[in-house]
Amino acid sequence: MTHISVEVNGKTYERDVDPRLLLVHFLREELELTGTNIGCETSLCGACTIHMDGKTVKSCTQLAVQADGSSITTIEGLSTDGKLHPLQEAFWEKHGLQCGYCTPGMIMAACGLLEDNPDPSEQQIRHGLKGNLCRCTGYHNIVKAVQYAAELMRAGNPEGGK
Amino acid sequence: MYPARFEYYRANTLQEAIHLLQQHSGAKLLAGGHSLIPIMKLRLAQPPVLIDIGRISELSGVMKTDGRLRIGSLTTHAMLAASEAVKKHCPILAEAAGQIADPAVRNKGTIGGNLAHADPGSDLPAVTLALDGVIHITGRDGDRQVNASDFFLDLLTTDLKPEEVLTAVELPALEERTGSCYLKFEHPASGYAVCGAAAIVALGGDESCERAGLCFNGVTATPYRASAVTEALAGQNLEDATIDQAVTEHLSIDDPMGDTYASGPYRVELAKVYSKRALKTARDRARS
Repeated sequence: MTHISVEVNGKTYERDVDPRLLLVHFLREELELTGTNIGCETSLCGACTIHMDGKTVKSCTQLAVQADGSSITTIEGLSTDGKLHPLQEAFWEKHGLQCGYCTPGMIMAACGLLEDNPDPSEQQIRHGLKGNLCRCTGYHNIVKAVQYAAELMRAGNPEGGK
Repeated sequence: MYPARFEYYRANTLQEAIHLLQQHSGAKLLAGGHSLIPIMKLRLAQPPVLIDIGRISELSGVMKTDGRLRIGSLTTHAMLAASEAVKKHCPILAEAAGQIADPAVRNKGTIGGNLAHADPGSDLPAVTLALDGVIHITGRDGDRQVNASDFFLDLLTTDLKPEEVLTAVELPALEERTGSCYLKFEHPASGYAVCGAAAIVALGGDESCERAGLCFNGVTATPYRASAVTEALAGQNLEDATIDQAVTEHLSIDDPMGDTYASGPYRVELAKVYSKRALKTARDRARS
């Protein structure tokens, strides 16, 4: 067992973990943060996307021990004071989901995209979300939701939504 | 999907990593983990020991000295694609790194891991070969350097010994009047190159081709250098027809890989089409 200390959504957790424990299982099973989904398990689908030290990462392709000392944000950490993050609001408003399984990863990836580029074109959004698959094929409204969130964030929260 | 059990050690310096490699036979190095962890989850690899080198800061970053770029092995694909020094002096590397997989993968995957894993569908091996890169390696007995042309030995096999660490890649800064282009036909699901063409064109004062480089990913087990094509282009004025003719007449790949997605002969056809396009784009960039 290896001792790790990880800050998740602003709270520090210390645990002894088996080195082979994947980060996504650590989040879901150890910390009971089940908002991060497990999809393909082969780093293709992006359902498990989180932020690690400010960068989007697929948590199925990281070991929990690699996250030692890092700061992680999951979908549960996006809203503040009971207020939805602009991306959450936009996915709701523009119906950017059908079954909803890809949504947490899609929102975390979109969040990383908008931090790098606050005003992306449709093509840049599609390119930036390349690593996130929606099996309902609801991409049309997902793109609209990201565009709407970008508008909201530029208008009201220039620093981005985190 | 869990990897098989292994012991985990973290190295904080290069020397610690070398020391741990000597202590633990069969150990594998873990950097970004985006080649190693997937194959461990599939149980295609079951190393008894992992040595995590991901935090050795001396192995990360881009340095320019004397017309060369030295890129630390832990430099991520995202860092390569965003680096002003890489974009200015080695634009083909930034172009290729920006096409690897997706943004989340690029945030973790490293150039050293990519080259050491030597997947034939990876994007960086042919680029490194086309640039005549030099691979820096450190082991128990000190440092050594290997030319990219001698580094890739076979499918997933390189000149790197089990007890050595790939520390950096050294590339020439491209000069004025030199254009480059990386273009790939990617597998629509995995993003790996079914055929990736890396082309470099250096023009002389009279607009003729002074030097050219052309290498492919995805077509053969190791990155393939199309020397016959570039030799035919040397000294020529690079009109479209000249490039088309050189590729048609001189590109012949005897032992292409094939799978259920793309047969060997199909990959060779792709190589012809993509090398023409990549060479013409590189030429246009050299002229502008």
